[in-house]
Amino acid sequence: MASESSEAAAIVRVRIPSPLRSYTDGEAEVAVAVPVLAPELPPALASVLAALERRYRGIRFRIVDEQGRMRPHVKVFVGADAVRDLATPVPAGEDVMIVAALSGG
Amino acid sequence: MPRARTTPAARPAQSTSLLVATRKGLWRLASDPSRRSWKTVGPAFLGHIVHHAVADPRDGRTILAAARTGHLGPTVFRSADRGKTWSEAAQPPAFKPASGRSVDHTFWLTPGHASQPGVWYAGTSPQGLFRSEDSGATWVGVDGFNEHPQRKAWCGGDQDGTPDGGKLHSILVDPRDAAHLVIGMSSGGVFESHDAGGSWRPLNRGVRAEFLPDPNPEFGHDPHCLRFAGGNPDRIWQQNHCGIYRLDRPGDAWVDVSGAMPKSVGFVGFPIVAHPRDPDTAWVFPMDGTDVWPRVSPGGRPAAYRTRDAGATWRRQDAGLPESQAWWTVKRQAMSADARDPVGLYFGTTSGEVWASRDEGRTWRCIARHLPHIYAIEAG
Repeated sequence: MASESSEAAAIVRVRIPSPLRSYTDGEAEVAVAVPVLAPELPPALASVLAALERRYRGIRFRIVDEQGRMRPHVKVFVGADAVRDLATPVPAGEDVMIVAALSGG
Repeated sequence: MPRARTTPAARPAQSTSLLVATRKGLWRLASDPSRRSWKTVGPAFLGHIVHHAVADPRDGRTILAAARTGHLGPTVFRSADRGKTWSEAAQPPAFKPASGRSVDHTFWLTPGHASQPGVWYAGTSPQGLFRSEDSGATWVGVDGFNEHPQRKAWCGGDQDGTPDGGKLHSILVDPRDAAHLVIGMSSGGVFESHDAGGSWRPLNRGVRAEFLPDPNPEFGHDPHCLRFAGGNPDRIWQQNHCGIYRLDRPGDAWVDVSGAMPKSVGFVGFPIVAHPRDPDTAWVFPMDGTDVWPRVSPGGRPAAYRTRDAGATWRRQDAGLPESQAWWTVKRQAMSADARDPVGLYFGTTSGEVWASRDEGRTWRCIARHLPHIYAIEAG
């Protein structure tokens, strides 16, 4: 599993669906360092995706459109919860899982 | 006023290459110099929806491909070595955050003027126009169109389009004037700019829009495909939802040239292809636009139709094509001509076949089958 670390950052594990692994050198799981303002303030999902984008340029636009809306056939789980709001907090220890729902033929 | 003509020489015998963009990836078909033997190369981007792939005639090595997948957002891939290696655009076409709009897919790619190497244009769904000045690495919206106060009136809202979304297509760059652009929109109509996209005006006079309360509106039409006539950019061909049209500048009224099409075939189709040198010659590929618009070959008998007299008459060209029970469709980007003499014509079908003619449509031969649903073919 690829990883990176940084001071004043939460390390968040992100599970990557196969359609997006061309961005992560084939990695199914990556860990990104997400800046945090204070230890008691978990980072928002938006910050996790921003950290992902810094490391894997172009990946965010395949998941989220230019209006900050999750694309229709992409699902993101924070822990066990499916979320569509990028402001959703990602508590310490919770993984983010990105799922690309296959649609049509 | 004499028409300005440019008559490029026929390209000497060499291999012809087709970029075949499909619902499941990108293929290339390469011929021997006689165009009798074809080799299928690929796929690239297997599983990606590739709406259009275009080679840059200015440098002979750059190719851009507009791609997305069924679940991921849209992007543009670029190759600087004729398709051997690819990289993704650092900044794909995307609307401004304040616009509230988002690009579903990039639908059309056009290389810019010969005097502007590296410049490309992209048309999107929903309707948007974008420009790159670095061979497709970064894209910026053409504000004169995307931010135009009348844009929504022209195109309708982003939810008003066809089931697959409204599209900006047929971006034509005048070979005599880099600032002169013509675009088509389904829906929206034809629009023209003389200042490189800074301002636009509708160019639809004479074109019917039978699906609107006013069948002769200023805009809101449904052009399917536009092409400059070969050797004479003062003439534009248009295959429209409501007919086949020809525009001769400096006039601004389109002439309906579909009257001579057989009634049993009709005048509806997606593509129109111009002869590269003869401004009076063009081809269409009709589809069934009756009843619920099946959009398949009329009667299950596919054929191209060719005019050699600027649309006064049309001749059926079906030698070699299936004679019955062939129910495929040729989409608006899926028919193309090379620059050879005689001209080679190529089309791709929704059933994944590529057909070629090396004698200007007189005879046809299937040169690839079993490909995915074909969206676009570009000959180079």
